[in-house]
Amino acid sequence: MNLTEEQIQRYSRHIILPQVGGIGQQKLMDAKVLLIGAGGLGSPAALYLAAAGIGKIGIVDFDKVDISNLQRQIAHGNEDIGRWKTESAKNTINGMNPDVEVVEYRVPINAENAMDIVSQYDVVVDGTDNFPSRYLMNDVTVWLDKPLVYGSIFQFDGQISVFKKGDGPCYRCLYPFPPPPGSVPSCHEAGVIGVLPGIVGSIQAAEAIKIVLGIGDPLIGRLMIFEALEMKFHEMKIRKNPECPVCGDSPTITEPIDYEEFCGVQVGV
Amino acid sequence: MTEIQIDQELDIRGEVCPFTFVKSKLALESMDSAKVLRIITDYEPATDNVPRSMQAEGHEVISIADNNDGEWTIVVRKK
Ligand SMILES: [Zn+2]
Repeated sequence: MNLTEEQIQRYSRHIILPQVGGIGQQKLMDAKVLLIGAGGLGSPAALYLAAAGIGKIGIVDFDKVDISNLQRQIAHGNEDIGRWKTESAKNTINGMNPDVEVVEYRVPINAENAMDIVSQYDVVVDGTDNFPSRYLMNDVTVWLDKPLVYGSIFQFDGQISVFKKGDGPCYRCLYPFPPPPGSVPSCHEAGVIGVLPGIVGSIQAAEAIKIVLGIGDPLIGRLMIFEALEMKFHEMKIRKNPECPVCGDSPTITEPIDYEEFCGVQVGV
Repeated sequence: MTEIQIDQELDIRGEVCPFTFVKSKLALESMDSAKVLRIITDYEPATDNVPRSMQAEGHEVISIADNNDGEWTIVVRKK
């Protein structure tokens, strides 16, 4: 373990923790975390992962910063409007912690590139707002045996879980197939209170950090539901579905699929 | 009184809290179990804080001594 004097100062509040210490900090500095999306969820997740000293953060996003993003996407600022979100996020991250290696993927994540990108990381944080990416990330992380920290938001409500093959269910155990396009409100129709992704994305960062450190109880087999209006957290047990098309006993999906592009969240489990 | 064998020494003179504990903890982490660390500090509050935090993490605080020259010596055995 070779922390520099500057790293000792920077991470001292981690090192002091009995559950972290210098050994845990080194694990964080050796870790590689992939963020799918640098939007509402990805912004706070990226910032807290970077502040924690995660060694390498990959960011996949094919969007440019729009003024309508700034109500909630805190990795970007006014001067970033029109820039690639990956570039803007990288700039914000390295402004806070220059030690973090940020890898930009300015591509839409799809059946062609997903396996290759995901295989280079230890943990995946899903901050997508659309079904095709969410299902693709679920399937690929099952096949590559990588923990997936899932989060989604809708108006005032959020959902968080951790899918880890072997230890619990996957997203398809809950929702085997995407709903038909048009049956759920699109992102453009669905409003969201700006602070909501801050809460959900921060919980995702906390789960990713715990997974890297190997401490505590991640949300495996548990779906956490957050309601900002009532200011309540609920939790429901979720079980592995033996008939799951991806992680079940006789899987029917064995190759990455590109579903038709549309976005939204599924409600009512 | 039997002489305690010191395995490693750490000079944290000039450091204040929380870095007195942070650096002591980092030193202990790099040592094997049951080995003994002697810490030299010139920051008096560390003589309370460092042993308390060490004990909280399960290590044995063997002694805390005032060297009477503005410096203190803390001896800890790693759990
Ligand atoms: Zn499944």
